[in-house]
Amino acid sequence: MNEATLSILLLWTFVFVYLIAGSLDFGSGFWAMVYSNRKDTLAGNIANKYLSPAWEVTNTLLVMFVVALVSFFPKATFTFGTILLVPANLILILLTIRTAFMVFAYSAKEYQKILNQISGITGILIPALLVVVLPVTHGGYVEGTGASQQLLLGRVFTSPTVYSFIGLAILITLYLSSLLLADYAKITGDKSAYLIYRKHAMWTGPLFFLFALFVLFALKNEANWLYENMIDRWLWLLLSVIAFAIGYYSMWLKDDGKEIGRPRMALIFIGLQLFIASYTYGAAHLPYLIYPATVEESFTNINMYRSLIMSYLIGTLLFIPAFVWHWRLFIRNEKYIRGS
Amino acid sequence: MEHVLSARSLFGTTMGFHIIFATLGVGLPIMMLAAEIIYQRTKDPHYAIMAKRWTKAFAVLLGVGIPTGTIASVQLSLLWPGFMEAIGEVLALPFQLEIYAFFLEAIFMAIYVYGADRISAKLRILSLSLVSLGALMSAVLITNVHAWQETPTGFEFVNGQFTNVNPWVAFFNPLFPVTAFHVATSASLTGAFVIASIAGYKLLKKQRSIEEIALHKKAVIVALVVGGIAALLTGLNGHSSAIGIYKYQPEKLAAAEGLFETTANAPLSIGGYVDPETQTLKGAIQIPGFLSILSTGSTSGVIRGLNDFPVEEWPPLYIHILFNAMVGVGTLLIGISFAGIAWKYLRKGKEYPKWLLWTFVLSGPMAIAGIELGWVFSEIGRQPWTIYRIMRTDEAVTLTGNMGLFFLLFIGLYLLLGITVVAVLRYYFKRHPLIHDLGKIGK
Repeated sequence: MNEATLSILLLWTFVFVYLIAGSLDFGSGFWAMVYSNRKDTLAGNIANKYLSPAWEVTNTLLVMFVVALVSFFPKATFTFGTILLVPANLILILLTIRTAFMVFAYSAKEYQKILNQISGITGILIPALLVVVLPVTHGGYVEGTGASQQLLLGRVFTSPTVYSFIGLAILITLYLSSLLLADYAKITGDKSAYLIYRKHAMWTGPLFFLFALFVLFALKNEANWLYENMIDRWLWLLLSVIAFAIGYYSMWLKDDGKEIGRPRMALIFIGLQLFIASYTYGAAHLPYLIYPATVEESFTNINMYRSLIMSYLIGTLLFIPAFVWHWRLFIRNEKYIRGS
Repeated sequence: MEHVLSARSLFGTTMGFHIIFATLGVGLPIMMLAAEIIYQRTKDPHYAIMAKRWTKAFAVLLGVGIPTGTIASVQLSLLWPGFMEAIGEVLALPFQLEIYAFFLEAIFMAIYVYGADRISAKLRILSLSLVSLGALMSAVLITNVHAWQETPTGFEFVNGQFTNVNPWVAFFNPLFPVTAFHVATSASLTGAFVIASIAGYKLLKKQRSIEEIALHKKAVIVALVVGGIAALLTGLNGHSSAIGIYKYQPEKLAAAEGLFETTANAPLSIGGYVDPETQTLKGAIQIPGFLSILSTGSTSGVIRGLNDFPVEEWPPLYIHILFNAMVGVGTLLIGISFAGIAWKYLRKGKEYPKWLLWTFVLSGPMAIAGIELGWVFSEIGRQPWTIYRIMRTDEAVTLTGNMGLFFLLFIGLYLLLGITVVAVLRYYFKRHPLIHDLGKIGK
């Protein structure tokens, strides 16, 4: 594996991590909005339990991805920066409103409902817009060359591929977060909240699968090279389908005679499914970064590459204890999740 | 040209808004840390209350600081793709290391706020120290990029291409240490003086309980001590900064001082404005030879004037005013903190006079004005370059349109956030008055 390929693998890993963390974050925000004023269930509180200590870390993961893109692929930065001016600025506006109003909602209890609504709705729109970057890299949406490249916004927002991706992104967000919150609810022993989130996982799961198929078929028409590459990896696609089936089914498994469904197991298998599917897509996308520009052409110089890899290694090693502590205090901590 | 101006206006607005929150994001954790440490040493519950209330304010401000920081980092690529391409080739390290600074701040802030009741006092102080360290590091690292724009090193620039790149030489560029120190201390002083402002304002109001007054007085002293030390360090460092400008960007120093002709025994000019027609500085107080002394250590030191440089490479001449205003603010802040501390220790038991309390109130806005002025001075003073003598600003800008529309949209966004954040803070602290926290003591 050469340096450029290793870099794109690392970059794609950041995308994957953000896919998971972002889905949990925006999805929880959305559910927190839906259940914020319901007196009969604590489903909204449970969503906020996850959200409060996690959103800052999630946001940093997004910046981490942008920085890694700039660092490893400066020439692609030029293209991305030029063509994404409009959509990226819109995402930034949404992200800012979402974050600020979510934080404000914790402090202004009386206005919590409206603040939650603003942050919940803007939050669910963010993954929908972020994901548009993927079809744009498939080619066909950009006019001109070099500094005068332009994104054909009309074509983007009339493309069935783009809408398939948007649907997929929203459904991953809702599905993953339902599973996580079902798991949280199970730990707290809150039966009504558990059943609510289990119900949402039940309908978002199949829809998510359906949209994944839409994406595949839309690719066949719009970016056949990518579709062919993916079909060549049919074994991986099959594994991904199996992982999804096990994950979805596990919400019917009985857990030592208690409530029906094993959300922890579902989360692990759906995570695995997304891992397989996203890396299959990523591998099929090679050698192109932004079609027709390849990963290789967009790569930075070798000295920069070496110092970046070194600092990632050292930084990550140094941070492992901190991540573990954070994880144990908030994500996997029954006392924290149960606490009022 | 109008296009470049729109892009600069948009990015300038983003940064101008963001740095208020970013700076408080550095300064407030230091104040919280000071209060926590004093509390652990004295066990005086007032300091615990301060730490708690400042933490609350900090958490609300983060809700604006973090997303606007995200805007700034992404807009760099959107508005200045040429610049960021160069950064990717030569100076990616500080951006990448900054990610770890963000993680440090985010993780330990969550632990300090949401895990506080489950960890020991020592671990709380450790967490808060790491929050402060993370905030300081992120300020230092972004300043690294800024310093490199002023003194770009670590590469060879041949036919528009960056070759022979050495990322660490770029990282340790000549102006990095002095500039980073300047930003770190000025951010620290801003957080402190904003606290002094609020405490001073509360002390001016009538009908406060004895307990409240006692707490606000303690807060004023913590703020003035932290702020005073930081302001003094900023001032001392300002001298090294001036030497740095003299060495590496002589035309910036010339414009900052309104100096047109190269001369030894150059005067330090305070106040006034530059008249480009007559090439003179009007209405300024001049201290003969002092600019030469400050920059070179002796009156015989030669300072280069603007006429040594082609006119199209001159920075705008009004930076003289920005520079003077920044230095003026810094000097006043040192004066205010020393006056406040001196009053407490020299005139024991005597209440702060009203005029002094008013200077405390003004110190916070002044500090924020100071960092804005300093930042604008530094950026405008580098024009027409975005990377000094390597890349002009108009070479770095995107060619994509719609800039005017986004300029308006973002102004609207910042207005909305600015108004809402103030409303939320007011609402929260009205709902949770100090007297409630004081009432809980001992229960």
